[in-house]
Amino acid sequence: MWEKKPVLLIVLATGAILVGTIITMVLPFAWINTEADRIEGVIPYTALQQEGRDLYIREGCNNCHTQTVRPLVSEVLRYGEYSKSGEFVYDRPFLWGSKRTGPDLARLGGKYPDAWHYQHMESPRSMVPKSNMPDYGWIAENQLDPQMIQRKMETLGFPFTAEEIKALEGKNEMDAMVAYMQKLGSDIPWRQATATTIVGELKNPYPDATHSEMEAWESIYQDNCAACHGEHMEGVIGPELIGADYEEEVLFEIIYSGIPDGGMPSFSSLGTDKVWKLTNFIKYYGRDEDHH
Amino acid sequence: MENHAYNYAIVRSFVTWSVIWGLVAVLVGVIVSFQMVVPDLNFAPYFTFGRLRPIHTNAGIYGWAVGVIFATFFFMVQRLCRVPLWSDKLARFQLWFFNITIIASAVTLLLGYTTSKEYHEMEWPIDVMIIILWVAFAINITMTIMKRKEEQMYISLWFMMASIIGVAILFVVNSAAMPVSLFKSYSAYAGTNDANVHWWFGHNAVAMALTAPPLAMFYYFLPKSTGVPIYSHRLSIVAFWSLIFMYLWTGAHHLLWTPVPDWIQTLAMGFSVMLIAPSWGSVFNGYLSMNGQWHQMRENYLVKYLILGITFYGLQTLQGPMQAVRTFSAFIHYTDWVPAHIHMGTMGWVSMIAFASLYYLIPRIYGREVYSIPLANLQFWLILIGQLIWSISLWVAGVLQAGMWNAMNDDGSLTYTFMETMVEMYPYWWARALGGLIYMAGLVIFIYNLYMTVKKGKPATAQTANTEGRA
Repeated sequence: MWEKKPVLLIVLATGAILVGTIITMVLPFAWINTEADRIEGVIPYTALQQEGRDLYIREGCNNCHTQTVRPLVSEVLRYGEYSKSGEFVYDRPFLWGSKRTGPDLARLGGKYPDAWHYQHMESPRSMVPKSNMPDYGWIAENQLDPQMIQRKMETLGFPFTAEEIKALEGKNEMDAMVAYMQKLGSDIPWRQATATTIVGELKNPYPDATHSEMEAWESIYQDNCAACHGEHMEGVIGPELIGADYEEEVLFEIIYSGIPDGGMPSFSSLGTDKVWKLTNFIKYYGRDEDHH
Repeated sequence: MENHAYNYAIVRSFVTWSVIWGLVAVLVGVIVSFQMVVPDLNFAPYFTFGRLRPIHTNAGIYGWAVGVIFATFFFMVQRLCRVPLWSDKLARFQLWFFNITIIASAVTLLLGYTTSKEYHEMEWPIDVMIIILWVAFAINITMTIMKRKEEQMYISLWFMMASIIGVAILFVVNSAAMPVSLFKSYSAYAGTNDANVHWWFGHNAVAMALTAPPLAMFYYFLPKSTGVPIYSHRLSIVAFWSLIFMYLWTGAHHLLWTPVPDWIQTLAMGFSVMLIAPSWGSVFNGYLSMNGQWHQMRENYLVKYLILGITFYGLQTLQGPMQAVRTFSAFIHYTDWVPAHIHMGTMGWVSMIAFASLYYLIPRIYGREVYSIPLANLQFWLILIGQLIWSISLWVAGVLQAGMWNAMNDDGSLTYTFMETMVEMYPYWWARALGGLIYMAGLVIFIYNLYMTVKKGKPATAQTANTEGRA
């Protein structure tokens, strides 16, 4: 009978569409972003960070980068603590993305020093040679518009001070972008919570490595360390490694766990074997300049 | 009933413009596929991957697919209702407003005015324009149906009405925003809520704009092309109602393993698997309609397009539910597998049906026989091969990368860094770009064939021109 009555068909079809809509889209508002989701420490973006976030949106970074770490072993190892609902309550819009052409960024904040981001944005391939990310150095030429940013903060209802807005003068889009990168995923103290403690005695598995073995390990250094410490350990963003005379256990621990406040990321995800190879490589080539 | 009373001029215009926007969508798609492998092809600020990719997707959905929907729906509604369009003026307004909206979308996206919400990137003023456009369309279609002379409404009309309502609800809810200026707004929803609303929209836009309308076309143009009716009216009733009921539960399968509450994810997973039934209801209805007519696959190029199209629909609706299962999603999500899936749907299913529909329409709206059937056949093979290269290379790439992401050493550490997994993608991304080029060659042939039909096609035979609106 509905086949002869268009109004009835429309009413029935609307009803059919609304059932799933109400249950899976409307109803969840009663669960999500409620008190149960709240996480202490999660705070709104500052004016500079929010502007960086808007630039991330403007440039369509979400087309290649996700911002949600799933509770899967390989994912937590690679990126860090899995994402929680309460961490996103100030995100309008959400930026979880759907495709990882580049890596996930949900836990990027605090991983690298600011200088790393400035250089990487300017020229991604100078640090990651095979990257396909476009260069974004040009955004540093655009000054921020404090008045507009203030309007944005008012629309969002985020707290801000007059000094904060004034401080935006003279800053450029790159400053905002880097400020946003450093905020990502850092509201919860997950790095401290998941930091590894090395127990027992560390034993170098390659105490007698030969010169040719060392040469074979160079690619591990070039892929993971050269961007900051230089192709020849001469130091760029990170310090020079020539003459850095660490005990091998100490050097292993620095590479494995990183120096959270010093801008040195943890490389535990490489596994102990590769970290030992790096330790030996750096000690071998770093003892003097004969080899260069 | 008098043929001359039907408004075919508006159908002609929408055919032309949808094809133009289709070419833009494919061209930009090819450009961004090369940007993936040659990053120096990014020309900041306007021509970077991040700004162009939304132009590719939105031109494909709102320009090409919606353009074809406007063209075919205006044709079908007049024939199935046996009355001319309710308002020619409103339809004319819709045509120009459609083009203005698409141009405004492309320009603003290039300028970086975007909400970032996938398949819905345009800022709020353009959302308003799209809503006006859709309301105009809805009124015209509904009023034409209200004053129809054919009492019984054919299956295609049900799918059309469901699509019109569905798109309206989805689009309006997901558009809700707090404007800062004419060019910038913030979503009305925050964080996890925004994600859940958005993928309820995202997945069902696929249902209501890229599934129901091609099904409306398939149910109409298959019997028209073969000359025999659809196998089972009853099956189409069951498939229709279960399809539009079940689809809306499945959006969160895009959000498996994210902070969205587990029960929503589980419902989405369950309903996604159940959706195989109504999807395959239409697939079987199509196949069984071919009983005793399979020889037409060789003789009638329209049938070839339609049956291949519905076959890709069948594959798409098996692969989709598979990806919607948590364990498989954990492995494959965020890799290149997913765009391969989407492109089987858009290049294989939706566009195959669209090309068949347009090839069927052209002689009827222009009064000229299609210029070259050999060219139509060549186009068929180019778009088929282009799409297969595109999808298969990225399925392989997706499995490879997922495997590398998950590979672990004996000591529990990861075997590969992210970059080690990414550099493995380059050969497959090159293959995909090649597939896109081949597909675009097919599209260019289609446009040439269409142009030559209008310019030089032989006058349509009485048999072609006077095919009745029976279905």
